[in-house]
Amino acid sequence: MKTKVRIANGQGFWGDSIDAPVNLVKYGKIDYLTLDYLAEVTMSIMQKLKMRNPEMGYASDFIDLIEKILPECVEKNIKIIANAGGVNPMACLNKIIETAKKLGLKGIKFAVVEGDDILNSLDGLMEKGCEFKNMDTNEAIIKIRNKVLSANAYIGAEPIVEALRMGASVIVTGRSTDTALTMAPMIYEFNWSLKDYDKLASGTIAGHIIECGAQCTGGNFTKWQEVPDLANVGYPIIEAYADGSFIVTKPEDSGGLVSIDTVSEQLLYEMGNPESYITPDVVAHFTTIHLEEESKNRVKVTGIKGSPETPTLKVSINYLNGYKAIGQLTISGPDALAKAKLCAEIVWKRLEKIGITFTEENKLVEYLGVNTCHEGIGNAPGEITEVVLRIGAKDKDKSKVDRFGKEIAPLVTSGPPGVTGFAGGRPKATEIVEYWPALMPRELITTKVTIREV
Amino acid sequence: MTKIKVGSIAHSRSGDKGAGSNVGVIAYDKKSYEILDKTLTPEAVKKHFSKICFGSVEKYCVPNLLALNFILNDSLGGGGSASLKTDAQGKTHGQAILLMEIEIEIDE
Repeated sequence: MKTKVRIANGQGFWGDSIDAPVNLVKYGKIDYLTLDYLAEVTMSIMQKLKMRNPEMGYASDFIDLIEKILPECVEKNIKIIANAGGVNPMACLNKIIETAKKLGLKGIKFAVVEGDDILNSLDGLMEKGCEFKNMDTNEAIIKIRNKVLSANAYIGAEPIVEALRMGASVIVTGRSTDTALTMAPMIYEFNWSLKDYDKLASGTIAGHIIECGAQCTGGNFTKWQEVPDLANVGYPIIEAYADGSFIVTKPEDSGGLVSIDTVSEQLLYEMGNPESYITPDVVAHFTTIHLEEESKNRVKVTGIKGSPETPTLKVSINYLNGYKAIGQLTISGPDALAKAKLCAEIVWKRLEKIGITFTEENKLVEYLGVNTCHEGIGNAPGEITEVVLRIGAKDKDKSKVDRFGKEIAPLVTSGPPGVTGFAGGRPKATEIVEYWPALMPRELITTKVTIREV
Repeated sequence: MTKIKVGSIAHSRSGDKGAGSNVGVIAYDKKSYEILDKTLTPEAVKKHFSKICFGSVEKYCVPNLLALNFILNDSLGGGGSASLKTDAQGKTHGQAILLMEIEIEIDE
């Protein structure tokens, strides 16, 4: 048994740095590379891609990445665990196997974890008594059933551990939790029991700290002036020990900062009740975490306690709920803000004249530089000589939203003076995909691990 | 009594929680944590975000991290892809709480 295992995360979301995982493989001295590609809305984007082409529906960036790093990972014995499979993990697996063959690699075991996708079994599950009530609003699913685009249960570390035990060195999953990707190697390497809740809670919190990539190594940090060389920021590495303690660090000679402050900020990120951070594997208690700075860029985390997992799994359902469009104009010169306000007023008046109106909550007007992010907070700027008007509308009726999108450009010539910056054409109506969180009994989900050897 | 900004004794981070946001405030030391715990009531935070947060504010204490966690319900204009707002994920709400003014005793 290893005394310590180094697990890195090279991707916080689909769209994160292309080079970060490459640098971790090169300079991180790591045993495992995890990659978290999935956010709530990502599943529905992938589902739409799959509807257009049944071979798609996964994070395509992952294939390019595999091509870049797989030979070096094989050479250095670095295992890769990614929830890049999205809503089509098998297609993703086929593509990476194709890539491995193209690279001339041999003797590698690939694994895919399936079973989280319940889109096609939703009605059957409802017949079995699953209510899929909205966790936030308590509404019944029947209200949105015919608009559902994707439905996935969050699954935990167990099937990934199974894949590791079967000898896989590249593991692709669907909607595995972000934290399971980091914790599975610890369970496997240290042979932790799935009932050892304190250790599982440690692994979960380690995963939570690194799941957003550079957000624990100096990115998005309040005291940004104190962070050296963000351009060269190192992505995070967990140095895990068998007793559940771990160290948060980053590759040597990389930029960024790992301190109690940067780690604390990330611990608080997207936190709900700190007493019960619920995952499929364990309920972790954030109120038991102890942090200490071991040395420069090394924070030691100890003392974490956990409780048994809940009898339910969380389900991420996405559904289509109307359309939206947003456009921008730049207004300059004297009285810039007053002119921007007139522009917005003109848009709504011209639409009203042809019988198109939006309810107040379906309209949005922002003046970028004045009130966009912190309305009512801090001092409003005095006389400003340029401002960006950002104007948007949404509705169930797509044609209304498209018509709105055509009413912005004319302001350049038919509004007040100094209006410019209408780039990118007319904004078109795009689908609004809404998130419907629900719970279901965990025994109704069966995960399946498939191994393929090249 | 004197007025100080939250940002002078704490740092912060925020993110989304469905149609609401979470704002984590982390004090630089134990004394600052006690000041923040006393002054940052859910009502005071709700007032600071009155033009942003239209639901209730929930407060949680994480003393081991010298931190307070606030959930600002209904603060994202719908949340996720339903929101038209620039900051549809509440990523800037953490910066906003640092601008909040609180009253403290002079000897604090």
